[in-house]
Amino acid sequence: MKVLVAVKRVVDANVQIRVKSDNSGVDVSNVKMSINPFCEIAVEEAVRLKESGVAEEVIVVSVGADACQEQLRTALALGADRAIQVQTEADLEPLAIAKLLNKVVEREDISLAILGKQSIDGDNNQTGQMLAALAGMSQGTFASNLEIENGEAIVTREIDGGLQKVALKLPSLITTDLRLNEPRFASLPNIMKAKRKPLVQITPEELAVDISPRLTTLEINTPAARAVGERVATVSELVEKLKVEGVL
Amino acid sequence: MTILVIAEHNNQALAQATANTLTAAQDLASKTNSEVVLLVAGQACQSVVEEAASTQGVAKVLVADCAALKQQLAENVAPLVVDLVKQENITHVLLSSTAAGKNIAPRVAALLDVAQISDLIEVIDADTFVRPIYAGNALATIKSSDGVKVLTVRSTAFEAVEFSAGDATIQSLPEAAEQGLSRFISEEVVASDRPELTSAKVIISGGRGMKNGDNFVLLEKVADKIGAAVGASRAAVDAGFVSNDMQVGQTGKIVAPDLYIAVGISGAIQHLAGMKDSKIIVAINTDEEAPIFNVADYGLQADLFDVLPEFEAAL
Repeated sequence: MKVLVAVKRVVDANVQIRVKSDNSGVDVSNVKMSINPFCEIAVEEAVRLKESGVAEEVIVVSVGADACQEQLRTALALGADRAIQVQTEADLEPLAIAKLLNKVVEREDISLAILGKQSIDGDNNQTGQMLAALAGMSQGTFASNLEIENGEAIVTREIDGGLQKVALKLPSLITTDLRLNEPRFASLPNIMKAKRKPLVQITPEELAVDISPRLTTLEINTPAARAVGERVATVSELVEKLKVEGVL
Repeated sequence: MTILVIAEHNNQALAQATANTLTAAQDLASKTNSEVVLLVAGQACQSVVEEAASTQGVAKVLVADCAALKQQLAENVAPLVVDLVKQENITHVLLSSTAAGKNIAPRVAALLDVAQISDLIEVIDADTFVRPIYAGNALATIKSSDGVKVLTVRSTAFEAVEFSAGDATIQSLPEAAEQGLSRFISEEVVASDRPELTSAKVIISGGRGMKNGDNFVLLEKVADKIGAAVGASRAAVDAGFVSNDMQVGQTGKIVAPDLYIAVGISGAIQHLAGMKDSKIIVAINTDEEAPIFNVADYGLQADLFDVLPEFEAAL
């Protein structure tokens, strides 16, 4: 079974971003970039499938400019076998990315695609489900557990208020939630080894995908800041204040 | 023109989030001179249909009642919605930004070959919407050039309609096809007497400062006195103190209660993203420098293990 994992290069989770003064976007120059945390969980899950003998090969894909090779190498160091960069300078929408990934799924005869449930920059939570739709695959979103049994993916999903278990026919698409696993750290020898693993580049044109945007961002604004609050010294003072506010 | 809202329900009652999504739909309808149609897809969901039909502002309720839709699996619901959009004059499809809505919406959008706009917080006009990005640290105004718009609606940004005072017509749809891709096995929904996080008026949440899961009892005791829901930060979930469905934050639940009490929560960007629209925020933390104090209306710098019992006794 071949497993595809998609990874995205994003502004690191600990960076406090700033909106550009002309409201045209978010200033991401000179900030720390990382692999999207949910994508890292996806890589870990795929590597575990390989280690347990369920998967034969783990292929990691990223769509973006050459800088995303850094995240592909990270995934290779964590245990993916080879990498594909779909090279584009354009800032693509989830639908276009899903179309590109779908072409890779077709070409590589993928049985299982594992994606993060959302990226922490765009917060869209779309690409995985869109890929599943385009590929005609079953989908197990927000997974907190995954088992492959008798040609099916048995997925425990995080739903509002609890958990749902579904059986999915392969090929299938999984998106990862927080509790699916705890990603390992790449060891130094593995980081060195990752430099020699294959990484190929292809273009959206080669994949014959129309990536033209459907959405236009008119402006980006900073949300209104909350008014400065006050400190209270004791519990009784706090209770008093909350009673005055009418919330207790 | 028609705005289609996909109702979220458990075959017995409408989910509260649908009430908020309907307000967004009605706002959009008034700006585009459209009518709002509500789709109820399920099995043996007659009580939901009745509730839907009596909801103010809903012109028509479409009912798809068959075995393939019992669990509302995305693989079976999405083609049904796509067929509806193609047959009727539907310009917008709205779902709630809940686990269920987020699961289905992108599958619908991709099958329609249109972009999706997630987490709508404001309707500007028929094509233009505002949504948060980067954990709510920026708000993007986005215009869509697609003929059909698929949107998910952030519940906290819209008031809830009452499921009453309406008189919609009801129309049955033909049976939906079983796509044979996925099968429901089981569901574990945590039964609780406390209110749901996303609709609670008061929430008390714990973070890493709670030290372990057992100490959440201290929060629960306070919660039970004031009818609050109990939440947690991602740090508390990551540390294994409590389950992920209690997580408030960028990748958990987005809440905006009248009162939010953050206990032992430092206030990472990811947590603030989930609660900073609350009306009154209280922070209880030993660390004077904790960022949570920057968004708090009332900050109490003290040891939560002293404060919580005292707070409970004072209520």
